[in-house]
Amino acid sequence: MTMLNTLVAVCLAYAVFLFAVAFAAERVALRGQVRWLRSPAVYTLSLSIYCTAWTFYGAVGSAVRTGFEYLTIYLGPSLVLVGWWWILRKLVRIGRSQRITSVADLISSRYGKSNLLAVGVTILAVVGTTPYIALQLQSVTLSFEVFSAEDLAPGEEKGHTALWVAAGLALFTVIFGTRNLDANERHNGVVMAIAVEAVVKLAALLAVGVFVVWGLGGGLSATLARIDASALGRWEIDGGRWAGLMLLSAAAFLCLPRIFQVLVVENDHETHLRTASWAFPLYLGLMSLFVVPIAVIGLDLMPAGSNPDLFVLTLPLSQGQDGLAVLSFLGGFSSATSMVIVAAIALSTMVSNHVVMPLWLRLAEPGAKVSGDVRSVVLLARRLSIIGVVMLGYLYYRLSGGGEALATIGLVSFVGMAQVLPAMLGGIFWRGASKLGAFTGLTLGFGCWGYTLFLPSFGAGVFLPEPWVTGGPFGLGWLRPQALFGIEGLDPLLHAFFWSMTLNTGGFILASLASFPQPLERLQGAQFVNVFEHSPSPRSWTGGVAQTEDLMIMAQRILGARDAQALFEREARRQGARGPLPEPTPDFLEMLERELAGSVGAATAHAMVGQIVGGMSVSVEDLMAVADETAQMMEYSARLEAQSQELARTAGQLREVNAKLTRLSVQKDAFLSQISHELRTPMTSIRAFSEILRDTDGLSAGQQTKYASIIHDEAIRLTRLLDDLLDLSVLENGQVNLNLREGVLAHVLDRAAAAAAADDAGARLLIRRDPVAERVRLHTDLDRLSQVFINLIANARKYCDAAQPRLDIRVTPGVPLIIDFIDNGSGISPEAQDMIFEKFSRVSDQKAGGAGLGLAICRQIVTRLGGEIAYLPGQGGAAFRVVLPADLALAAQ
Amino acid sequence: MSKHVLLIEDEPNIIEAISFILSREGLKVETHSDGTTANARLRGARPDLVILDVMLPGKSGYDILRDLRAEAGLADLPVLMLTARGQTRDREMAERAGVSAFMTKPFSNSEMLDTVRALMDGALNGDA
Repeated sequence: MTMLNTLVAVCLAYAVFLFAVAFAAERVALRGQVRWLRSPAVYTLSLSIYCTAWTFYGAVGSAVRTGFEYLTIYLGPSLVLVGWWWILRKLVRIGRSQRITSVADLISSRYGKSNLLAVGVTILAVVGTTPYIALQLQSVTLSFEVFSAEDLAPGEEKGHTALWVAAGLALFTVIFGTRNLDANERHNGVVMAIAVEAVVKLAALLAVGVFVVWGLGGGLSATLARIDASALGRWEIDGGRWAGLMLLSAAAFLCLPRIFQVLVVENDHETHLRTASWAFPLYLGLMSLFVVPIAVIGLDLMPAGSNPDLFVLTLPLSQGQDGLAVLSFLGGFSSATSMVIVAAIALSTMVSNHVVMPLWLRLAEPGAKVSGDVRSVVLLARRLSIIGVVMLGYLYYRLSGGGEALATIGLVSFVGMAQVLPAMLGGIFWRGASKLGAFTGLTLGFGCWGYTLFLPSFGAGVFLPEPWVTGGPFGLGWLRPQALFGIEGLDPLLHAFFWSMTLNTGGFILASLASFPQPLERLQGAQFVNVFEHSPSPRSWTGGVAQTEDLMIMAQRILGARDAQALFEREARRQGARGPLPEPTPDFLEMLERELAGSVGAATAHAMVGQIVGGMSVSVEDLMAVADETAQMMEYSARLEAQSQELARTAGQLREVNAKLTRLSVQKDAFLSQISHELRTPMTSIRAFSEILRDTDGLSAGQQTKYASIIHDEAIRLTRLLDDLLDLSVLENGQVNLNLREGVLAHVLDRAAAAAAADDAGARLLIRRDPVAERVRLHTDLDRLSQVFINLIANARKYCDAAQPRLDIRVTPGVPLIIDFIDNGSGISPEAQDMIFEKFSRVSDQKAGGAGLGLAICRQIVTRLGGEIAYLPGQGGAAFRVVLPADLALAAQ
Repeated sequence: MSKHVLLIEDEPNIIEAISFILSREGLKVETHSDGTTANARLRGARPDLVILDVMLPGKSGYDILRDLRAEAGLADLPVLMLTARGQTRDREMAERAGVSAFMTKPFSNSEMLDTVRALMDGALNGDA
């Protein structure tokens, strides 16, 4: 009991210690001193999450069962780091320049931002990682059981242990994995904590190893002799299997979400890879150093039937080395927890970014997508995803019963995640790789993996029917899950690896060749494959004066030189810096971003600052956000433009109205002037002659009569003028009352001709008419119409200059009714034709003594009658056309 | 030798009235009713006085006056302008064109006669 209590206390203390480390690291990072937090050593240590509890405990078990084969699991990653570091460098550079947040993001981003692919990879990752999390929970539980064996009946508390561990891990991950929403998904606290755990697990394993070799084995040479004597020393190495497993672990190292998280996403500087390329293999070497001695001596010392997977723990315990056992326990605990934490972060990023957020964005109210809102939703999604992922692992552990089945699940997961490899490598090295190719490859590979390895791993009859496994589905032998296409005798793992990767790669290449990539895919493809040409040379994330200068230049452009300088100097004083330039601490950057955001919008500001400080190119999301802001500004300016256009239009209308008023005023002046002239001229004669008659003595009777006649004629002229003016005024003001009657056109013309003739006794105008056509009936104001005709006939009488003046009145019956008045004179000149209907326009001055209002009155009358009057050019003489609706009543309707 | 007056006017009744009034005073009155040919006529025998209407067919009285004033021998010729458009603006235009005297129609016969006499005696100088 005491032992278990101590253990629980140690566990809690360790957990508190990890929380403290993570918290301290976050505080340090907030102060901007991330340099030592982000050293190459920390980076290398964080990679150690590759070594989970499965390798911590399981390597010894594996050595017992399969000899040196466990080494392949360590050799694969070493191979990648030493031999394939250029792949890693490219991945890291792409990750930085494209702001990649996960494996799913990488694949989706490369293949034209396909969310379908992202969802696919996310599912793959969740399916592949969940058993692995379960495995970690199991190992912690098992190690607890080792200690509690003396105190409790086996299995009594294991469920609770796993639950408590899962809950604790979820809590830790939520706290430190989602402290803030960093676009780069960097987690200083978490990375520091897992680096510490890496040290703990290495120290623990080395301590146990040293104790075993020198404390139990009797020294190095004695231990080597024991190894030689054991079964392990004679183990045959199967070259094919070794190569396969090495390749598998190498592929998994590149593809596992948690490794990708620390390797690419949390990478701070490309040069750290250089350190890691030798330091991490060294770390792995140290981890594997004492595996065989512990296995051999464990087999020698432990009772038969002991679980070799727990030798690391049970050997010290059996020797009474409780302290060492607790240390060993902590090593295993560290291995398990660090894996779960990072895996939960990586998976939650994928799940929330590619599954939850797209769903939320689609389902949410359109109005709710303001930035603060999205942020809180993202954080919530992250946290729920973390809890979900860890609890999924716990559920898997409970449902699978925590038995031996879990032991093999590590490699099964590896094969599953390795399916991402062709799409990943193809994506970063082959521009021809297409979305369809990636999708085809992943689908084939994942399907094949599920069918040949994952589902059978639960045992025949659980998911796959028993006969399928032994005889193939529907009796098709060549489709047996563990002997596809009749290839038998291969290890199931390698069989599945071989077939899934073959189908995956083949499908990927063929579909890529057969399909044509979309524009965005081509763009992204070029960005990925040629990342070294596109992205700026890597600069440290942490500060430097050069960056501050760049920031200053940019800030000057946006804020103006004086404001920018004042801002930077104020900040420098606050920081206590000697020069005028402050250190680019996160505080300062945040403040600067806020200042800039006021001018250019938040997304643009973030992208600009990020580009300078991060040395990264702007991600598509950033560009979209920038485009959003630009669109908003464009909308504002479009609105302004519309308003100014509106104003211009109004101003134009006002100008038009003004011009019209001016024109009307000028017209009115001209009209008054005309009236004055027309009235004064007859009056001049009247006054002059009346004075002559009054003042002159001795006028002859003839003279008296003549002058009196002139006065009389001019008085009549004046009267007629006044009549016309009044008539026109009434017509123009629309106050005219039409006297509508039925009548025959011929009668109206008869009356008009008679009146016109009576008006001017000296006329000798011949009028030719069309008696048949004139029989048409009218319903209109016959007097007004007659007035029009009188005017037209009188005009012909006055102005027709032919030797034998003649007026043809032609009638075209129908609707409308057309009446043409055409004389045989010289007509009206084209320039004058436009003016004849204006008031006071006279074609030939004075000859006929009219005031020039006749045609203006005609036009007013015809318009009131619903018709039109116009000059008809090209008829030889003067020609007028009157167009009337036959029935005014009808026309009025 | 009787003085010679050139009357440029297009209203027959007004021509008759003015001719009658001036002839009775022993003046020789010649009439011309077409605006377009008025200046050509003026370049011929120089009258002692010109009575000029404003609204003439072809060319306005103002234009005739302006052109007349531009000619070397006619710049000092007395010109009485008669207009039926009695607005201030018309008077101003006449003065700018270089009128000697300006009267609005209808006029009093005696007033018109007085002005004509004054103009021919040189008593009036550019004003009525």
